[in-house]
Amino acid sequence: MWIYMKKLEYPVEITAPNVRMAKALMAQYGGPDSELAAGTRYLTQRFSMPDDRVRATLNDIGTEELAHWEMIGTMILQCMKNASIAEIEAAGLAGYYVMHNHAVFPADPNGVPFTTAYIQATGDPITDLVEDLAAEQKARTTYEHLMNMTEDPALLGPLRFLREREIVHYQRFGECLDIVQSMIPNNNERIRFVARGDVVTSGDACYEGCDC
Amino acid sequence: MDCERCKLLTKISECQFILVELNLYLDTHPDDDNARADYCAYAKVLKELMHEYECKYDPLMNFGHSACAAGSYVCSKWPWEL
Repeated sequence: MWIYMKKLEYPVEITAPNVRMAKALMAQYGGPDSELAAGTRYLTQRFSMPDDRVRATLNDIGTEELAHWEMIGTMILQCMKNASIAEIEAAGLAGYYVMHNHAVFPADPNGVPFTTAYIQATGDPITDLVEDLAAEQKARTTYEHLMNMTEDPALLGPLRFLREREIVHYQRFGECLDIVQSMIPNNNERIRFVARGDVVTSGDACYEGCDC
Repeated sequence: MDCERCKLLTKISECQFILVELNLYLDTHPDDDNARADYCAYAKVLKELMHEYECKYDPLMNFGHSACAAGSYVCSKWPWEL
């Protein structure tokens, strides 16, 4: 269950409209490598993980990603605040304005709406964690592109924070992958990851602490 | 928002961030007693800071997690407002 803290994880205070950057930031609000994609990916994958440490990591990083999604939404809202229709059109967001006005909508900078086709949960812990490692790198790279597009410290501060978080998340997922790979019995090409409470047969990769 | 309130909220954010970092580390290293000791110490600090903030200003959390009745969860500024 989620409870809410009425505070951003890192402060966002953008006082001058910047519709060009609002558009660019949508990559991290509703794009393929966005915080929304990351959050839903990890919170979905956590159900089929066989080790408590991996479940905890996906649960907590997934939760942090939603806090980041909230930051990006705030940045977009503030970048669009008080922008005139002329400024919005000049930034290439006429189509967005028609459909959403100043609402913040999960789509990428080109207007492609968010889809769960951006994520996977294969049920194979190794596969899922390798996707997560890639996802964190894609997000880091996207933040670098966003930082290349502005000199404004009000934008660079939160972007720098969000970029650094991707690097830390990558580290944690690497540790999860080590945990999962150490569960594989020797000479076992086809493995079935067993979770607490499952019926175990020989050749299964066991959850730490279960009686295999 | 006045300066004193801002400063306290910043202290809360900093303490909260340390706890997020420690929490994620402990998720993959649950047996690290040093990290756990740090986590517990900072959790205590966060609790005290939040209590101070909520008694002086407004509740920060929903669904019963902010006990102080002063101010209002509904009517205080939302995080995306300038």
